[in-house]
Amino acid sequence: MKALLVGVMAAALAAPAAAQKKYDTGANDKEIKIGNTNPYSGPASAYGQIGKAIAAYFKMVNDQGGVNGRKIDFVSYDDSYSPPKTVEMARKLVEQDQVLFLFQTLGTPSNTAIHKYMNTMKVPQLNVATGATKWNDPKNFKWTMGWQPNYQTEGRIYAKHIMATRPNAKVGILYQNDDYGKDYLKGMEDGFGAQASKYIVAKVSYEVSDPTVDSQIVQLQASGADTFFNITTPKFAAQAIRKAYDIGWKPVQYLNNVSISVGSVLTPAGLDKSVGLITAAYLKEPTDARWANDKGLEPFRAFMKKYMPDANIADNFNIYGYTVGTTLVAALKQCGDDLTRENVMRQAANLKSLRIDTLLPGILITTTPSDYAPIEAVQLQRFNGKQWELFGDVMTSQ
Amino acid sequence: MVCPCFWGRGVSRRTLILVALAIVACALPFIVSNYRTFQLTLVLVYAIALLGLNILTGYNGQISLGHGAFYALGAYCTAILMDRWGVPYWATIPVAGAVCLVAGFLFGLPALRLEGLYLALATFALGVAMPQLLKYHLLEKWTGGVQGIVIMKPSPPLGLPLNPDQWLYFFTLAIAAVMFILGYNLIRGRTGRALVAIRDQHIAAEAMGIHNALYKSLAFGVSAMFTGVAGALGAVAVQFVAPDSFNIFLSIVFLVGIVVGGLASISGALYGALFIQFVPNIADEISKAAPWAIFGVFMIGFVYLMPTGVAGAVRLITSRRRAS
Amino acid sequence: MDAFIAQVLSGLATGGIYASVALALVMIYQATHLVNFAQGELAMFCTYIAWAMIDAGFPYWAAFAATMVLAFVIGVAIERLVIRPVEGSSVLAVVVVFIGLLVIFNSLAGWIFTYTIKPFPSPFPAQPLFGNRYLSSHELGAIGVTLVVLFLLYVFFRFTPLGLAMRAAAQNPESSRLVGIRVGWMLALGWGLAAAIGSIAGMMVAPIVYLDPNMMGGVLLYAFAAALVGGIDNPMGAVIGGFIVGVLENVLGAFVIGNELKLSVALVIIIGVLLVKPSGFFGRVHVTRV
Repeated sequence: MKALLVGVMAAALAAPAAAQKKYDTGANDKEIKIGNTNPYSGPASAYGQIGKAIAAYFKMVNDQGGVNGRKIDFVSYDDSYSPPKTVEMARKLVEQDQVLFLFQTLGTPSNTAIHKYMNTMKVPQLNVATGATKWNDPKNFKWTMGWQPNYQTEGRIYAKHIMATRPNAKVGILYQNDDYGKDYLKGMEDGFGAQASKYIVAKVSYEVSDPTVDSQIVQLQASGADTFFNITTPKFAAQAIRKAYDIGWKPVQYLNNVSISVGSVLTPAGLDKSVGLITAAYLKEPTDARWANDKGLEPFRAFMKKYMPDANIADNFNIYGYTVGTTLVAALKQCGDDLTRENVMRQAANLKSLRIDTLLPGILITTTPSDYAPIEAVQLQRFNGKQWELFGDVMTSQ
Repeated sequence: MVCPCFWGRGVSRRTLILVALAIVACALPFIVSNYRTFQLTLVLVYAIALLGLNILTGYNGQISLGHGAFYALGAYCTAILMDRWGVPYWATIPVAGAVCLVAGFLFGLPALRLEGLYLALATFALGVAMPQLLKYHLLEKWTGGVQGIVIMKPSPPLGLPLNPDQWLYFFTLAIAAVMFILGYNLIRGRTGRALVAIRDQHIAAEAMGIHNALYKSLAFGVSAMFTGVAGALGAVAVQFVAPDSFNIFLSIVFLVGIVVGGLASISGALYGALFIQFVPNIADEISKAAPWAIFGVFMIGFVYLMPTGVAGAVRLITSRRRAS
Repeated sequence: MDAFIAQVLSGLATGGIYASVALALVMIYQATHLVNFAQGELAMFCTYIAWAMIDAGFPYWAAFAATMVLAFVIGVAIERLVIRPVEGSSVLAVVVVFIGLLVIFNSLAGWIFTYTIKPFPSPFPAQPLFGNRYLSSHELGAIGVTLVVLFLLYVFFRFTPLGLAMRAAAQNPESSRLVGIRVGWMLALGWGLAAAIGSIAGMMVAPIVYLDPNMMGGVLLYAFAAALVGGIDNPMGAVIGGFIVGVLENVLGAFVIGNELKLSVALVIIIGVLLVKPSGFFGRVHVTRV
């Protein structure tokens, strides 16, 4: 009887403690305020589609009741891909708009500019929208975390694949002359390790302001390369694929993940010209015929139809935004009623094999306090003229 | 107009306005939030840059669509000196100014042969090519390439009860005051008159004995120096430099600033700076989709409706009131 | 050697792009003595109009013709409504208006049509001529179209009274008025023609570089370089200049200075030509009287 009484008392005491709510600025009973910067104007404005997709996703979440009963207030500002502007907008979000944390701020230089600030202010810089490697550094920058498989990992995977399948390959690389391009390049070079100079016969860059990359493709063909690592953004990827075909250069081509959209890249390039392309993917591609009847994509298609009817489903920024939004919502749900910045960070670093259906089968999201890379796995796939065919196993960079 | 005052000498209306402005400027960081103080620091930075551009384009009539390049040069001077050689931030400012003075003068020499639209074209090309130059791999050791350079935030000198944002604001304010006084003396003096003469009637000016070539190149150099100092201060304020921040749109923004603020006007630099700092934020609220379009409309609108800019409008209003 | 030839031919292909935009620039200059910074964005915007028509089901040539007409109308409208008020004022005012137009067209295109790239159809066959690997049929066709436009322009300016009137109006507005030329409408006509030529350039360029709002951003600087090299008031010079710039850019980028400095090549060309031979290699030298 006494034990029962103690038990009941203990339960009575424990219950309020469990139901205790803790908030930092930006969170309360009704809402969670989340900040973001994206390039909605200027030369990188194509990426602004991600911000729009995330905003639409949160709207859907709110319509469905929010996260643990709280609505998400998503405040997103334009930074024109200019780091000084990012600094200004980040400070505005943190100091004036008083958001709980920043989410999916886009661009490597933009995030570099606010990296120290966010960690000094102890405000989470969550799931940054860049594939650079430096965001996985919980020891020194505990408040910053990435999300997508980082570029260097992808480059390394391609290098390993080349070394395993074609040890005498001669690799030519086309890369965009900015942080994104150079990160991929480094990944591949690191993947080859000491043999990099043996494998890589040509490294050719281009600027976003170049009208075409035709000259670069001709240079690569002239170098005698029989393998081609294509590190380009969608527009230039389409040009490169087409030009390579047109000049009769038929290398084994590895296409970087940023430009794998069938609808936005391969169709303009020419589906017949894209046969044999290899890429590493982690997201399903909605216009790929293989997922045409996929049940896992149905919620996403419904979301696009209702919340982004004018957007192009082939643009893989949309499924990217949807998936990263889903990741965040999962972490927020885990926070329960403890919406302090500390706890948000803790839960974001505590995702155990989270499965989201817009990710390729076999790819799970896992984070730990010492592993701030949510998605580390990719799977290689090859284009057969109609769709991407997965092959091999899900790989990580190890 | 003279106001009576207690020193026994007349204090002009303008001096009163300047003193009032100074008091307000000094009080602001203690009234507004740190974020606003940061924004005001940027306003001061842009004001210095616009003053530089105005000296060249407003007073001397040489159109530059590439002043972002000098801003970048100043910013990188500071970043490289601070990051690679550990030079304290305040010592980098005069160095940045000196480097840009020389660079501007050197650019101004060949520019002598270019008139109006052609000069605009040449400077446009400079503005477009600048980011690529900054990313050039042979310079990467110093410039940090596409990764850019992160700068430490300066803290207030020992003992002062200011936070870093406030200290930076006052530091920038002091330099801005110096630059504006410098600019004012330059414009009001013989040099300024020579510059304007060259702008309005360059053949007659040459005939009158003004050494066009020297003045025009000097104008370029001085103008670049101002903008370079602004770039240096801007780098310290933002604590980061990267090549792609200094693209052609930055030069276009400066042009907008002097047109809106008022060409050939010193106060215009301040109005223009306020415009280019705060209006994009407002445009963002009106339409996320087309903020630059709104910017463009403002640009064209001001050219039609207020060709002398805000400064001209202010002058008009105050002179009308004085007359009535 | 093969690599060199390949680069030269590839340079001719890109040069064709620069040449067609440079033609539009020269057109405006001949009509108004102004360098139009917004030419590229205007061409891009008109190309989007064409794309919208084709997307709605119009056949290619119908859309092509309709776009040319629309571009003409837009050009005239811009001259009458936007440029006219500042024509008399300083060069700076004009430059500011041009830059304003540049940013407005660029952001409008992005707003209305989004930033995803769109493929633009080509009227030329997909197979390369004679099966050659260097130049696609479209690239050859685009060069051909540019040359046809050039020829038509030449005939227009040289042999038609209207062309003569336009040249007169640009050269000497006061005297032209005295002889009865409606200078204002000549300027508007010049703008309309330039816009139409620009739209042709855009529709030839888009199949190669893919249509997106920043399509012309990179091209504009090279087109300026091309127009200057050839002489800003000489259409044929502009076309030759375009090819020269294209080949130089490709060859220098591939063999001499690397791809990282290609824009600097354009910069050096522009400044170099302006300093050494401002009238270009084929242009006329202007003398200003005091």
